[in-house]
Amino acid sequence: MVGKDCVAIACDLRLGLQALTVSNNFPKVFQYGDNVFLGLTGLATDVSTVSDLFRYKVNMYRLREERAIAPSTFANLVSSSLYERRFGPYFVSPVVAGLDPKTGAPFICGFDSIGCIDFAKDFIVSGTASEQLFGMCESLWEPNLGPEDLFETISQALLSAVDRDALSGWGAHVYVIEKNKVTKRLLKGRQD
Amino acid sequence: MKELYLCWSFDAHWRCLELEAQRQLDYSKASQPRIPPIPHSKFSPNRPPLVSKVSLRAASNHLSFITILTLSATNGIVLATEKKSSSPLTDPASLSKISLITPNIGMVYAGMGPDYRVLVDKARKVSHTNYKRVYNEYPPTRILVQDVARVMQEATQSGGVRPYGVSLLIAGWDEGILPDEQAAVEGETTEGEKKPTGKTGGILKGGPMLYQVDPSGAYYPWKATAIGKSATSAKTFLEKRYTEGLELEDAVHIALLTLKETIEGEMNGQTIEIGIVGPPADHLLGVEGVEGATGPRFRKLTPQEIEDYLTNM
Repeated sequence: MVGKDCVAIACDLRLGLQALTVSNNFPKVFQYGDNVFLGLTGLATDVSTVSDLFRYKVNMYRLREERAIAPSTFANLVSSSLYERRFGPYFVSPVVAGLDPKTGAPFICGFDSIGCIDFAKDFIVSGTASEQLFGMCESLWEPNLGPEDLFETISQALLSAVDRDALSGWGAHVYVIEKNKVTKRLLKGRQD
Repeated sequence: MKELYLCWSFDAHWRCLELEAQRQLDYSKASQPRIPPIPHSKFSPNRPPLVSKVSLRAASNHLSFITILTLSATNGIVLATEKKSSSPLTDPASLSKISLITPNIGMVYAGMGPDYRVLVDKARKVSHTNYKRVYNEYPPTRILVQDVARVMQEATQSGGVRPYGVSLLIAGWDEGILPDEQAAVEGETTEGEKKPTGKTGGILKGGPMLYQVDPSGAYYPWKATAIGKSATSAKTFLEKRYTEGLELEDAVHIALLTLKETIEGEMNGQTIEIGIVGPPADHLLGVEGVEGATGPRFRKLTPQEIEDYLTNM
């Protein structure tokens, strides 16, 4: 979710097999630099495989180029990496959020499982609760939210949406990314 | 590093490069000289790395009669070269030593023309396969230089191939922290904040970038340099003329003066070739009114533009 000179990314913590909940501590947001974040929903094995794959690719990029990867560059890397598996895709729907290291401009985008990029200037949703999230974000989000308001908005949107989805919830992680500061907050949420 | 040097069987290899050159120069001879078999590379504990010397000699003395020089200014780079044809019957417009690799990167050579053409193709290819198709942006100059240098290094080590008989100058413009911004950042950086590294060749650094790549695969960043015939005297000349904070227009002027010192023959728009890295050339874009579209920073000067610079000398 985009704010004024800041972005936020959040995920729930549930890991489940259909209706059976296996874990309530499975974060789906990963950090790949000072201000580049990736959220991954979908098949849990692919979530960990893909997050490790990008950790490797981003570390190699940083060693080769002696600089941190920009969110827009990272988004294209995600896209090309997923499309490489066009006919045997990872079952994930990634979301990228971050701030451009040079201009400080917010950047968010989402992908389908074969890497088609969906650029947005407001918010991106993904996962089993995406319909509920669309509804919440459409009604709560407004332009130019400050970091605190953005945190409130994204948290309310996420918690309200997952309460209406049987397959999501069980706590949440919320990251608010500002120019020189990243704040990570853990939301307890409903545990039933 | 000291204990292991790569060493080619000098004589056989050198003969091979010379014969290649002779073949190029003299098509009319019916009997082609036999090229000796290419030796395997041998590792020697205490001999200098001859491969670079052999191929560099090829690049600088025998095969090219052209001085290539470049000057890096604060806002751009100049690549200048003499186009020398063996016969007055050739069409000078068809000869070209400066090549465009990406919109912001160009390349020029001293040495064997056919080898250069192959390297240009490979450079253009790797800039896409290794970079543009992965990150959807063009590679920074150093990354491209490394990829080209890898191609050249592998030719020194692989069986059945000889090293590329060319030295390259690769000039480009990198996004990143530009020289003037760098000064501003250093001024205002307060304690505790991370300072961007300004080391030479570091990729955080933006602006004009100039590299030389040798047949051994070694590459060097330069402020100004020359390769090819009479490169030494041209470099001495450049050392006297180069100053920090040079403007692009002055750099073109100095490049032409240096070229004039080191080449024989007439200088005009047909016999001189100049490539510049400068401000985005939006007139080369081919479209108008597209938001965010910027033209290529590397372009070749037209014969008319070269004539204009020459008359102002």
